[in-house]
Amino acid sequence: MNIGIIDCGGANLNSIYYSFKRLGINAIITNSVKELSEMNAYVLPGVGSADVVMNTLRKRDLINFIKSTKKPILGICIGMQIFFDYSEENQTGCLGIIDGNIEKFNVNDGVNVPQMGWNKVECDTDNSLNGHYYFANSYFNKDSKFTIGYSSYGNKFSSIIKKDNILGCQFHPEKSSKAGEKFLTYFIKSI
Amino acid sequence: MLTKRIIPCLDVKNGQVVKGIKFKDHEVVGSIIELAKKYNDEGADELVFYDIGASTYDGIVSKDWVKIIAEIINIPFCVAGGIKSISDAKQILNNGADKVSINTPALENPDLIKELANEFGSQCVVIGIDSMIENNKYIVYSNTGDEKTIKNTHIETNEWIDRVQSLGAGEIVLNCMNQDGVRNGYDLVQLNEMLKNCDVPLIASGGAGRIEDFQDVFTKTKSSGALAASVFHKNLIIINELKEFLLNQSINIRV
Repeated sequence: MNIGIIDCGGANLNSIYYSFKRLGINAIITNSVKELSEMNAYVLPGVGSADVVMNTLRKRDLINFIKSTKKPILGICIGMQIFFDYSEENQTGCLGIIDGNIEKFNVNDGVNVPQMGWNKVECDTDNSLNGHYYFANSYFNKDSKFTIGYSSYGNKFSSIIKKDNILGCQFHPEKSSKAGEKFLTYFIKSI
Repeated sequence: MLTKRIIPCLDVKNGQVVKGIKFKDHEVVGSIIELAKKYNDEGADELVFYDIGASTYDGIVSKDWVKIIAEIINIPFCVAGGIKSISDAKQILNNGADKVSINTPALENPDLIKELANEFGSQCVVIGIDSMIENNKYIVYSNTGDEKTIKNTHIETNEWIDRVQSLGAGEIVLNCMNQDGVRNGYDLVQLNEMLKNCDVPLIASGGAGRIEDFQDVFTKTKSSGALAASVFHKNLIIINELKEFLLNQSINIRV
């Protein structure tokens, strides 16, 4: 099995690569559509901001590829956020695969922004995924038709989404110790 | 809500983990890789690697070990020390670090904070502040890696905290220098004073000696995390035991 980590700019692609390697799964980091089409599944990372990630995908001709693939694809953090229609972060139009918007945490809700640290996730469909995961984000989706995991930070928000071949997590499984490994294994099992 | 973070800090000098008392007299305590693996396995929530010699001697932190750390641990980690530019930060983040922490270079060039936040997002940008009380005022010090170069900036700590937040800092590590390395407990008075104006997470640093010090910093201040070095390096406190203790005190902790 080979996983293609989609290089959409931003730093820290290596952490995702290493987390699969620790699980004994082969992964490559690439932005070539040709190389990606030979893979069994994809990870869409995304560190940075929604507009930068979208612009990079556009420049590298990856938008249609992501929207049309039927293979399992995991979006992590901003990688999950751009599955939605729109992000408040620099007013960015996103992929529109999942109905809904991305908004910003508000210090008036009594929380520090960004959210940085370990938060509890409760999954409606699979309670073996419940646990603490590592988050580092200022933006979030409140709720969607495809949300299967929730966390709370000032308000309740979507921490896991699932629709057909699409899986998304607001946290960083590659940095979430044993819980993160379990989540990545859940993704790998869907391949 | 977020759990309170326990953060071992590994002060790195010439490729080894060291610990000094009040920023001087450094002694070697072990290898970076071994200690990182040990704390990861014991349940640390995050690690900080602080290259204490780097800013002082005008060098930048060697990047090779960052990649090795990223390969072996599965929790977030932050690298500090001599990061003066976007390209320094990019190299460290690309090698697998989650955040960079800047201290002296931010004081010398505050716009660097803004540039880093724009390029990598605020969540990657941590500002380290070394602060000490002087004539009833908290003052920021720079170049604290070596007692020969240590400098009073004459900037009041609360003003600097305001400024770094407005420039896009995503987290602050407040090192209370009066307490550093002496294991008398965190500086709760200073932390509470500084937390008043802090919208980003603030990590308490300096002074941890007993497990009760961690209980105090989490029950008597709103610090998001507690950083410590010598108590962990000398095995005076074992992280999983500390976390069990805090959990039993009804503190929100990940175990």
